[in-house]
Amino acid sequence: MLPVYYYLGLAIILFTIGALGVLIRRNAIVIFMSVELMLNAANLAFVAYARYWQSMNGQIFVFFIMTVAAAEVAIGLALIVTIFRTKASIDVDQISTLKG
Amino acid sequence: MTLQMLLFLVLALVAIASALGMLISRNAIYSALFLVLNFATVAVFFLLLNAPFIAVAQVSVYTGAIMVLFLFVIMLLGAERAGQIQAIQWQRPLAITLAVILLLEAGYILLGQRGVIPPTTAQIPEGFGSPAQVGTDLFKSYLLPFEITSVLLLVAMVGAIVLTKGEKK
Repeated sequence: MLPVYYYLGLAIILFTIGALGVLIRRNAIVIFMSVELMLNAANLAFVAYARYWQSMNGQIFVFFIMTVAAAEVAIGLALIVTIFRTKASIDVDQISTLKG
Repeated sequence: MTLQMLLFLVLALVAIASALGMLISRNAIYSALFLVLNFATVAVFFLLLNAPFIAVAQVSVYTGAIMVLFLFVIMLLGAERAGQIQAIQWQRPLAITLAVILLLEAGYILLGQRGVIPPTTAQIPEGFGSPAQVGTDLFKSYLLPFEITSVLLLVAMVGAIVLTKGEKK
């Protein structure tokens, strides 16, 4: 196995790109995809350390993260569809009111 | 340079390039397809790290189910080019500055740990990361979280249906 910090470095870079995507994109779906990218970077760090310590716990955690991500995507996209129906836009700058 | 090192560098380049492609492409469909490529390369990393079950789950759950759902919603809403105009002028430079600070900070910590983390052993236990091993651990040590996860998925399913159901006339 390569040294664990190679994988950690890659995970850091992917996480930063995801955070940058959340900050600069205005399209709600692309923001959502950036969140998925950050979750995936965390998964990579988990699996790298699972291999490093030769313990299955990290991989089990990744399994749970994937499940939560799937549930989050289902709810999040349903929310985006509902917002699009009422506002006819998914630009996050235009969604500035809490009233429907 | 070993074969594993070469493979890692090439795949890391593909992963970072596809993540950046997702970030800068104007069309949301292209963003989603770049993200599929990114998830696929991360699945190969999982294989390199002796996690075959997680790698297959990554391909089937992330690149399969989740990204298909994303593409479906983008095409359904026709929202490929939404959100191009920046409402706040200083937002982009500030975001890039903050991201660079985050990267430098994390990189500094990582480089500080470089000599501290000892290298791991090359040999691993028999069947490490195999579906059988994952299943055994899941049902022995993580039985309650596993059951809670099933309830969470049920809640997500019901929630998605309730949210997208049309208003009662």
